[in-house]
Amino acid sequence: MNDPMIAVRGLRKSYGRTAVLRGVDLTVRRGEIFALLGPNGAGKTTTVNILTTLVHPDGGSATIAGADVVKNPGAVRRSIALTGQYASVDEFQTGEENLVMMADLAHLPRSAVRRRAAELLARFDLTDAARRRVSTYSGGMRRRLDLAISLVADPDVLVLDEPTTGLDPASRSQLWEVVRGLAADGTTILLTTQYLEEADRLADTIAVLAEGRIAARGTATELKGLVAGDHVRVSFDDVASLAAARGLGVAGIEAAEEDTKALALTFPSAEPVRAIRDVLDRAEAGGLAVAGVSVVKPTLDDVFLALTGNRPAGAAAATPTDTPTDRTAEEALR
Amino acid sequence: MTTTLPAPAARTAPAPSRPVHGAPLRDVVTMSRREARRSLRSIDGLITAFALPVLIMTVFVVIFGGAISGGSGDYIDYVVPGVLIMCLGMNSATAAVGVAQDMTTGTIDRFKTLPIFGPSALWGHVIASVVRNLASAAVVLLVALAYGFGPGAALGDWLGFVAFAVLSVLTFTWISVAFGLVLSVEASMSVNMIFLFVPYLSSGFVQVETMPDWLHGFAENQPFTPIIESVRGLLMGAPDAGTIVTACIWLVGFLVASIVVGGVLYRRRTAR
Repeated sequence: MNDPMIAVRGLRKSYGRTAVLRGVDLTVRRGEIFALLGPNGAGKTTTVNILTTLVHPDGGSATIAGADVVKNPGAVRRSIALTGQYASVDEFQTGEENLVMMADLAHLPRSAVRRRAAELLARFDLTDAARRRVSTYSGGMRRRLDLAISLVADPDVLVLDEPTTGLDPASRSQLWEVVRGLAADGTTILLTTQYLEEADRLADTIAVLAEGRIAARGTATELKGLVAGDHVRVSFDDVASLAAARGLGVAGIEAAEEDTKALALTFPSAEPVRAIRDVLDRAEAGGLAVAGVSVVKPTLDDVFLALTGNRPAGAAAATPTDTPTDRTAEEALR
Repeated sequence: MTTTLPAPAARTAPAPSRPVHGAPLRDVVTMSRREARRSLRSIDGLITAFALPVLIMTVFVVIFGGAISGGSGDYIDYVVPGVLIMCLGMNSATAAVGVAQDMTTGTIDRFKTLPIFGPSALWGHVIASVVRNLASAAVVLLVALAYGFGPGAALGDWLGFVAFAVLSVLTFTWISVAFGLVLSVEASMSVNMIFLFVPYLSSGFVQVETMPDWLHGFAENQPFTPIIESVRGLLMGAPDAGTIVTACIWLVGFLVASIVVGGVLYRRRTAR
């Protein structure tokens, strides 16, 4: 039970002279929702392809439920299911035909094929559309069918490669519900995404993949703790107040970022409540017109941008990118 | 950190429907059924399989026939084998598009992550193609008969023709499948050009002697000449063993090469 469902050590893969994966380590527990977060080209899909036996790694090892993806691909294929970036369902078949086909290919006992298809259609709210061709389905319905197909053989591990790309917000949150339900039933889920919100809302553990390495790993909260903590934002009624505010002597305010349009200052603060109290007291004493104050929590965006370096220089404050291979949030917090 | 989440409940019951191991035949049957549906439900596919051959037959017999033979007489007996092989080729080339679509949409990736007999997806295309082509050939022959085609084949010749047609379709389809594995969907649509134009440079439509000298070498030695001559011999009830053997060597050679190349490409490639 405590054995990891997915164990990846030092995974490397190059295409020609381009190193896509430069030593990826991952551990995913049974029943966990694990998000692999990264920008395009970070190596997410390559990792997925190796774990699903589609691509051979150049080095390192990966096991799914104890079976090595290179040495024992047959066993791996029996315990995983892949939902790729596209809804890989046949347009020219009906929803039911697609499911029956995949149940046959999964070698379910013949007597169980139709029953399993009906079960899954019902579970994914597709019973009414079962006998319509997929070409008439909406994007959300296709994704649901795609997911239903992945579950035909009741996999231990479900790999979702950017499952909600191209979906509208309603379909997206519907899909998240389904994924949560699956994890609650004990299915281990590895999902890749470039949507921070998706990782934040869905995943138990998030690993940020950048330039072929895991740049950080932890819960959403832990990752957010990696970037310089809270910020205080103070907005003013007029330009004069904005200009004078830096001189109030509040800790950190002299280094504030200025938003001249919104007439606001934003600055990092270790003690945001105290900073706000100081700002209000001193502004009143100095006759500055404060329009509003708020505490700004770091978002996963900040973490992501800091770790993947897609942010203007200087904005990426304290990050663990100095030792990108090994220093993970997990270790940092131990 | 590793214990912050409650351990998920163990699965309450063993899965009711755990897969059973290896069943290559079942895999191939399932895949063939899939491709049959694709053929029957695609307007393009149906047109290529049935309408196009009839049109080509009509063009050669009714429109060109008089000019080529100098009369409306026996040219139909000469041209039907060429038209048949051309149609079988073009119809087989549809498989390239199907395979390319599967590659692009991630369907092949999904199949490859299943514990199935490796190339069963490709065999599905091939078997559906054989069935589709036999149906198409039957229609072409019926239309030819209606136009006045007078075959001289005995029962044995007909059986030989069917076997030869199946071998040809297997080869043409496997060639197309191999192309489909490497080409984009758009590019795969022109694979049928091979089967549309190369037969023209054979003895299928006009006698090689009527072509310019520089073309003789190619026209006499390219595979479509013995292939079409074999069909002609069988349909006319005068099969020539030497020609058929030459044709079969070409066909089997291309077939084996395409299966090997296709198998390797299939294993290597993932979705583009």
